[in-house]
Amino acid sequence: MTPTTAGPTTGTTTGTTAGTTRAEYCVIACADAWRGDGEVLASPMGLIPAAGARLARRTFSPDLLLTDGEAMLVGPDGAAEGWLPYRQHLAMVTGGKRHVMMGASQLDRFGNQNISCIGDWARPDRQLLGVRGAPVNTLNNPVSYWVPRHSPRVFVEKVDMISGVGYDSAAAAGPSATRYHRIPRVVTNLAVLDFETPGHAMRLASVHPGVTVEEVQAATGFPLALPEGGEVPFTREPTPEELRLIREVIDPKGTREREVPSA
Amino acid sequence: MTDQSRTDRSTTGRSTTDKTMTPDEVVARLRSGMTVGIGGWGARRKPMALVRALLRSDVTDLTVVSYGGPDVGLLAAAGKIRKLVAAFVTLDSIPLEPHFRAARQQGAFELEEVDEAMFMWGLHAAANRLPFLPVRAGIGSDVMRVNPRLRTVTSPYEDGETFVAMPALRLDAALVHVNRADRRGNGQYLGPDPYFDDLFCEAADAAYVSCERLVDGFGSDVVPQSLLVRRHAVTGVVETPNGAHFTSCVPDHDRDEAFQKMYATTPWPEFAERFLPPDGDEKQYQSAVQAWHEEQK
Repeated sequence: MTPTTAGPTTGTTTGTTAGTTRAEYCVIACADAWRGDGEVLASPMGLIPAAGARLARRTFSPDLLLTDGEAMLVGPDGAAEGWLPYRQHLAMVTGGKRHVMMGASQLDRFGNQNISCIGDWARPDRQLLGVRGAPVNTLNNPVSYWVPRHSPRVFVEKVDMISGVGYDSAAAAGPSATRYHRIPRVVTNLAVLDFETPGHAMRLASVHPGVTVEEVQAATGFPLALPEGGEVPFTREPTPEELRLIREVIDPKGTREREVPSA
Repeated sequence: MTDQSRTDRSTTGRSTTDKTMTPDEVVARLRSGMTVGIGGWGARRKPMALVRALLRSDVTDLTVVSYGGPDVGLLAAAGKIRKLVAAFVTLDSIPLEPHFRAARQQGAFELEEVDEAMFMWGLHAAANRLPFLPVRAGIGSDVMRVNPRLRTVTSPYEDGETFVAMPALRLDAALVHVNRADRRGNGQYLGPDPYFDDLFCEAADAAYVSCERLVDGFGSDVVPQSLLVRRHAVTGVVETPNGAHFTSCVPDHDRDEAFQKMYATTPWPEFAERFLPPDGDEKQYQSAVQAWHEEQK
């Protein structure tokens, strides 16, 4: 199960980081979600977001707080530096000192997210987790999303049960909902998306090297806005040091390659 | 039904408030139709021995209030839930609880689906004898659509903001599991997270605390913050070694992942027949678990 080091199907990689896998671009794109966040809790859900948070903590966002997934705050080496049981975690959410990257079973054009159930809520076709903390998260601290398999089943015109609140729903609910509402980015196995448009409709911010704009659009159940000028950049390259940290320090077993296999 | 013997301290003069009882004695105090809160979180430190006693009883038609794990799955599979109040149900290492899913997909019970923080503030409101507490959560989401009874409240101060008025989650009974407890009902947790077990007890008219081990006292070197549950909020204490099985109760025991996996993949009648026969008890359950593990070797 050694991770492949074969390069992506494009010639855009630089000499120093040639052989960067799709999973590694995803780690970089997740890490960048926490860039400039300062002294807040990075709450990643998923292997690749967790690697991204740890990379950000070790490099450009050294003030980030990380948890061990239970109740302890830990440094990059895993040593405890604080205590964060669920009750205080929930208080940290409403205090705003947190940036979470959640998963999404469905996500729509304005960032409404569903992790509760598929189909009619009263008697669902597929019961999933439940809304969990998505309603409180989205109204109180920045919420980004991670989608390891970008498809029209996830990116839908309308979600079945709004768990995480999107821009249009927050606006409709009024100033108490919009006051601290922000969705910085959505990272998928294909691309980075954001809501940097006048009406907060989802925009294709970058495609990972090896992916085309057409592929992303085809995997999305609604039309995506494009950056001004219509030119979609590639997701940035990792620095050689970032790549070393990912491969040798943060995820030496290559679990990232199982979450997003290379094509 | 258990033959667990215990000393009645009331005859020794050392204590007049011995609250120890058996799991069946706890369940004998519950009635069909009650609202029962269950402590722990997901598949972590759940009062499973008490849930198992409940499963063997005739008590049914329950409103269950829980940060849901296999407690909800088992009660749903046994058809004992009329209504569930929850933000999620999960087995943690197995994200989706199969019996909860099946019950929901069959429309087997009513669901009051709220957010994790709304749930917490509902417990706080109940513990503080308030009708509700304001919370910035729920508005904008479909939690409002599926809970038409939820109301909002507007700040009386100059900000004028609007919040959800989360109603108190008042409980007829609470079931929680801790690492240690004394006979008076003081409970100690030794793991990393208290979850919300003290709040469950304070939100309930009667709270029953099961523990891995009953102790005479906590000693002079006790870590003060580990004494989570205070006896004024506790009606009964039950000693149930390995009583959180198959959920985790660190440092006494980890989650029994192999058993949980089997639970999640075995048809309910088959699982119930072997591990929860109507004439069984907690001792029988623990033996059956041990025998199952022997077979896996």
